[in-house]
Amino acid sequence: MPEWLTQPDFLVERDPERCIQCEVCVRQCANEVHEFDAELREVFSDSAACVGCHRCASLCPTDAISIREVELEFRTNANWSPQVIRNIYRQAEQGGVLLTGMGNPEGLPIYWDRMLLNASQVTNPSIDPLREPMELFTQLGKKPARLEFAEDGALQTQIGPQLELKVPVMFSAMSYGSISYNASEALARAAHEVGTYANTGEGGLHEHIKPYADNMIVQVASGRFGVDVDYLNAAAAIEIKIGQGAKPGIGGHLPGEKVSADISATRMIPEGTDAISPAPHHDIYSIEDLRQLIYAIKEATRYTKPVGVKIAAVHHIAAIASGAVRAGADFVAIDGYRGGTGAAPTMIRNNVGIPIEFALAAVDARLREEGIRHDASLIVAGSFRCAADVVKAIALGADACYIGTAALVAMGCHLCQKCYTGKCNWGIATQDPYLTRRLNTNIATRRLTNLLQSWGHEIQEIMGGMGINAIESLRGNRDHLRGVNLSDRELQVLGIQMAGE
Amino acid sequence: MAMRIDAANLHYRELNERIHEVVSARETELLLDSVLGHRYIGAGLKGGLRIEINGVPGNDLAAFMDGAEIIVNSNAQDGVANTMNDGSIVIHGDAGDILGHSMRGGTIYVAGLVGYRCGIHCKAYESKLPVIVVGTTAGDYLGEYMAGGAIVVLNRDDEPGSPVGRFCGTGMHGGVIFVRGEVDDYQLGAEVAVAEVGEADWGILEAIVADYCTNFDLGPGRLSPDEFLKLYPRSSRPYGKLYAY
Repeated sequence: MPEWLTQPDFLVERDPERCIQCEVCVRQCANEVHEFDAELREVFSDSAACVGCHRCASLCPTDAISIREVELEFRTNANWSPQVIRNIYRQAEQGGVLLTGMGNPEGLPIYWDRMLLNASQVTNPSIDPLREPMELFTQLGKKPARLEFAEDGALQTQIGPQLELKVPVMFSAMSYGSISYNASEALARAAHEVGTYANTGEGGLHEHIKPYADNMIVQVASGRFGVDVDYLNAAAAIEIKIGQGAKPGIGGHLPGEKVSADISATRMIPEGTDAISPAPHHDIYSIEDLRQLIYAIKEATRYTKPVGVKIAAVHHIAAIASGAVRAGADFVAIDGYRGGTGAAPTMIRNNVGIPIEFALAAVDARLREEGIRHDASLIVAGSFRCAADVVKAIALGADACYIGTAALVAMGCHLCQKCYTGKCNWGIATQDPYLTRRLNTNIATRRLTNLLQSWGHEIQEIMGGMGINAIESLRGNRDHLRGVNLSDRELQVLGIQMAGE
Repeated sequence: MAMRIDAANLHYRELNERIHEVVSARETELLLDSVLGHRYIGAGLKGGLRIEINGVPGNDLAAFMDGAEIIVNSNAQDGVANTMNDGSIVIHGDAGDILGHSMRGGTIYVAGLVGYRCGIHCKAYESKLPVIVVGTTAGDYLGEYMAGGAIVVLNRDDEPGSPVGRFCGTGMHGGVIFVRGEVDDYQLGAEVAVAEVGEADWGILEAIVADYCTNFDLGPGRLSPDEFLKLYPRSSRPYGKLYAY
């Protein structure tokens, strides 16, 4: 980019009093911001290359580095924000589609923050989860409409395959390729240790992750990478990926330079070739076709595993989800417009889709109205930041949540949104061996395990306060939600009452 | 003596369960009679079993199949060999749409024509190289997104005009398509290049056609390389320059 248009996003400041010229920052930054001048025996920084990931500042032994966002490079303009102007400069220079990573950072309303939870006072007792049983156990899969028992009380109804979760939170689809092997392994191991599930995405099931396959959901996406009958049968469940919240309606390209020998073996494609996932599945142009693929997978796995469908939250989501359930999906995962990604066109990520809160409320209500809510479990995704978000989602009608970004943050992600460059200094969204070895799988596994355990405790605390001792009693219990800062119409779609009502 | 199952009045799920029982009994030959649109026959089947089908099998025949052998004595419907990993399929009639979708290995030989989107996103990996041979003509979007393997369109009936439809090879970034007959530029995706069949190509093509002929009990062909066109991807990275960083 020409000098006169270079507008750094960040300003890297080095305190000369503190800096001891140890060059840690030089070695840590894959974006080559820091450089040691051997003649002057001094480290210099080029702010223009900084992505704001804070790796150098975090590892600087003397706290000599501080990174600030550059705000005043442009004249203040409420319409033409610095980001908009910088994007135009980039496109004018390179002539391409703007790429980005992670979830939508725009300041659109976060409806979880406009819903508040209930607690017991006087009229019913709250429960102390430290001293009384508090059930988070969740089963995902098709439930029977009614149960039949023999005379001796034995259950006669055949119940289809179920996923069994000790906490109603799973790791959402992140492929080996979009994230490093170490990150993939940590997710699988943490899911295994906690008693929940991780999802392969469209990256295939790595040989070394197969021991954890009982806690893996495998994806069948439009590129069918890594998919064969052994892959389907190894997993606990299969998810047909139709869409993703960060980029509904479009496919994906894993560029050839990221298809290393190991990734090529996991995806079963030649080394160095582009892995192109088409926008649609070319065998699915209708709900009937979706049913056909669901049952092809059920036949190939002989009806032993739940088969679900992941869709992005878009207009008419309730009708689409209803179609997926009627097509035979045992679970439907809905990904809201704030959902994350390793790479997506910026315009799509920031402008396509609808909030997960509305999608969930609409889908749960629709499936109940149609009397088919028990036919499939609902998994929601698209930015769950904390245990309270999870509790609100379950009260609104979800069976479980997927977390992606929160899991990456637990492993050290600083949300710089540059996953697509493959230069993740935290060793997460990269395949560069120099960078990936920064992520210790034992430590990452422990951090993920800690995260899920702490969320589990918090969910139990909140439930106890409500006087609820099993998550089943909270599921779809919208009486426990009240709205603030919401219009009548918003309250109506969310199906909840105003605070004070 | 081959095992025999009469598929009349059986739901596809019952039929396929019966086929699994045959596999468990380590039988190697199976004859299916009165097949009438039964879906998913051979889904996920490993090698060792040869299934001969009388009647018309339904959609997703041999989906995810991994080594078995299927012979269809009439037409086949849509989705034959969906995401097939290995195995062989011989169809003595026509086949419907999306034959060989995302197929990674094995062979499909069709006596007659195929519908739309045949061989879409075919891929190759290590020793696996999917091969599809179409006896007569193919519909639009032949070999779209193709990432590996070989598709041959033989135009056995010498139909006038082109034996392939439009949008042929759109998004192609691997593999090769051999067409016996004409293909106009307007029929091709922007990512496809056209060449004459060279000596090395002819070696591959001749072997494929010879195997095809053996499967259909056809005598040795009298084909020559100049009857064919070779369609191949201009780049293995067609969308490499799409993005601004």
